[in-house]
Amino acid sequence: MATTLPRTGVVIVGVGAAGGVAALPLAEAGIDVVGVEAGPWLSTRDMAPDELRLQRGVWPPGPQKVDGEVPTSRPNPAANTTRGANHPMMNGVGGTAMHYMAQAWRLNPWDFRVVSETTRRYGASRIPAGSTVEDWPLSYEDLEPSYDRVEYELGVSGTAGNLNGKIIETGNVFEGPRRREYPMPALRSSGFMDRMSSAAQSLGLHPFTGPAAITSRPYEGRPACVYHGFCIGAGCHVNAKSSPAVSTIPKAQKTGRFNVVAEAHVTRIEVGRDGRAAGVAYIKGGEEFLQPADVVLLASHTYENVRLLLLSTSPAFPFGLSNNHRQVGQHYFSHAQGGGLTALFPFDLRNWYGTPGQGICVDDWADDNFDHGGLDFVGGGTMYVYSERRPLAAVNGLGAWGRSGPNWGSDWKAHVVKNVDRTNGAYMQRTTLPYEGNYLDLDPATRDPLGNPVIRITASYRDNEEKIGTFVGEKMRQWYMAAGAVQVQGSGTVNAGAAMGPSTHAYGGTRMGHNPDTNVVDQWGMSHEVPNLGIMGGSVMGTSGARNPTLTLQALAWRTADHVARNWKTIVK
Amino acid sequence: MAEDRSDDGVLSRRELLKRAGLAVGAVVVVPALPAPAAQTTSAAQETAEALRTFTRLEYETLDAICSRIIPTDASGPGAKEARAARYIDWGLSGALVNLRDQYAAGLAAVEAHAIRSKGSSFAKLSPEDQDAVVSDLAQSTVPQSPQGFFNTVRTHTIQGTFSDPFYGGNADYVGWDLIRYPGVRVAVPAEYQQWGTDLKPNHQSAYDSEMFSKGTI
Repeated sequence: MATTLPRTGVVIVGVGAAGGVAALPLAEAGIDVVGVEAGPWLSTRDMAPDELRLQRGVWPPGPQKVDGEVPTSRPNPAANTTRGANHPMMNGVGGTAMHYMAQAWRLNPWDFRVVSETTRRYGASRIPAGSTVEDWPLSYEDLEPSYDRVEYELGVSGTAGNLNGKIIETGNVFEGPRRREYPMPALRSSGFMDRMSSAAQSLGLHPFTGPAAITSRPYEGRPACVYHGFCIGAGCHVNAKSSPAVSTIPKAQKTGRFNVVAEAHVTRIEVGRDGRAAGVAYIKGGEEFLQPADVVLLASHTYENVRLLLLSTSPAFPFGLSNNHRQVGQHYFSHAQGGGLTALFPFDLRNWYGTPGQGICVDDWADDNFDHGGLDFVGGGTMYVYSERRPLAAVNGLGAWGRSGPNWGSDWKAHVVKNVDRTNGAYMQRTTLPYEGNYLDLDPATRDPLGNPVIRITASYRDNEEKIGTFVGEKMRQWYMAAGAVQVQGSGTVNAGAAMGPSTHAYGGTRMGHNPDTNVVDQWGMSHEVPNLGIMGGSVMGTSGARNPTLTLQALAWRTADHVARNWKTIVK
Repeated sequence: MAEDRSDDGVLSRRELLKRAGLAVGAVVVVPALPAPAAQTTSAAQETAEALRTFTRLEYETLDAICSRIIPTDASGPGAKEARAARYIDWGLSGALVNLRDQYAAGLAAVEAHAIRSKGSSFAKLSPEDQDAVVSDLAQSTVPQSPQGFFNTVRTHTIQGTFSDPFYGGNADYVGWDLIRYPGVRVAVPAEYQQWGTDLKPNHQSAYDSEMFSKGTI
């Protein structure tokens, strides 16, 4: 028998990148907020720079609910599903933002208007066949105040490239206008970054240091980044990574209005007879609880947002909550990041230290920053290089580079000793679109430890993604060669038809848009069908842009929560 | 790390310093310990060190295999100096315990194959003959050897050479020095990311810092 808890104003499902941000504007408005998080509070003492410990899965520490609910994946309905061992996301207060790359990008204004801008510039026929892409229901300018707010609330480092329309060459000259500088200057440079930056300039490109949710100097009581080279996939031992766990969550707690319930597993969103969300059911310590709330904000990752909606069936919503238009799970896509490209240099790069948030980016071939008139695709990709090299991974990951013979013994060892610090892998993120036939649903055959079905991904990349991959890969090769590389391996091509498998960069499934027939949430992130249900996370995004999604979904989460706070009386009734 | 050894097992550098009454913290520079007379590990010392998992014969066979995977040669020290075999010996009584049977079967198969094909115990063969046997192992032609045993040993030899010395390998940081890795640090000065300056290895384990909960071997 479930224990019914005292009613709260808002219950947030998932206290991570999105939910951990959303709590703050609500709590500051005087609304009582309960955040239910599957994972534990994390300790910096568990964040030792120990590669073996990280490889052995000691981080992130348990309980890791995601381990039991890894999605299955297939490129199309005729193919068999496969299932990997690991989930791309983690549980914990602060969520995957505890160990992500912490690149903190605003989308380009073009990403919000792909359909209308493509049609205007190249004609409607340029929209890739079968794509279900729509313009966002809001513009970059609409989201700019929220971008600005979360950059300051979290703590983001970077250099402005467009201050109120004034172009600044040291920043990203292609970015949309921002109202003020970043709260902190960009992270420091390195010898390798300087080299890559000069090479890009020699090609007539516009390199800049990428923005990062990492402190470049002391910020709100936290120290500056220490660049120790154990950043991605590991927590920050000095709290320089600006996860909500060290920024917006403690600020929200200080109001006295935000209560985090950790290590609690939400199983369902409850619906009242009036068709409104009534609260959530969760299991903690083996006991079941019901947390009634005036407003429910679903803020898990894309796969779990969709799964919880589909599992929450009721007489009013027989196909799952907010799914009477059968749009939950549709318009899914994951960022085309595969198709690797690695360079070999004839000298040591000294890339042992640093963080993936500390890198040089070239945006010239992203979005619609270049004329596609003579091309046959839309969008593009960012090219980004960074340091952070760990000894075991460096030895194990070193390519053959033309060498033949066994992978042991003196000749192999000499190859390792010579080249271990001489390679660099490109990080290229490309425009990825939603398509007909790509979707998420519940897997009929695979279940989590509670007996509930896991998410099944049915999705593949298409021609547009393949063409961008090949195009940007060639630009990346040229950049490496200009920097002095002697060899480049890989083409960067993403094959059309290849599966869009589980990814940290997962989008859609509860897309945001004006039309309820093709979208689950409105321009404020509120359900078209359930007036007191808000959804936040990558699942509301209808385009990916060519850059990491986290800051955008955090700005959207802020905007949704702020909307709820400002319209409380209307929404709660 | 001969200097860290004691009768009751192995003491970390940090533990030794603690016993000597020195404060150790993240920012404290660990003073160099006086070099013991025998900085290099002699065979006699190794024999004196109790094994945690292997029999002496298993250990000698494994140490010799590791030494062919990452040999001691013109490019520098190898798995022997790093004590990769000790890393595996410790690990099989800890995190790698599920692989104990695979090692027992695999090492027995290698030893039998060495005697059968080369006429001697593997550890006593010439490097050339050892390479021939390891080559057979890599190509899965050693009779009775468990599936994938070579890859298991290779993976662990690399781990035992290049992972944190806390786990028993990478002794005296020879693995990190070999690849010019300047060491695990809790903070990295800007010049360590610049070109043209000398990088001085700090020779510290992550657990020399009191900031972190201990790993599990």
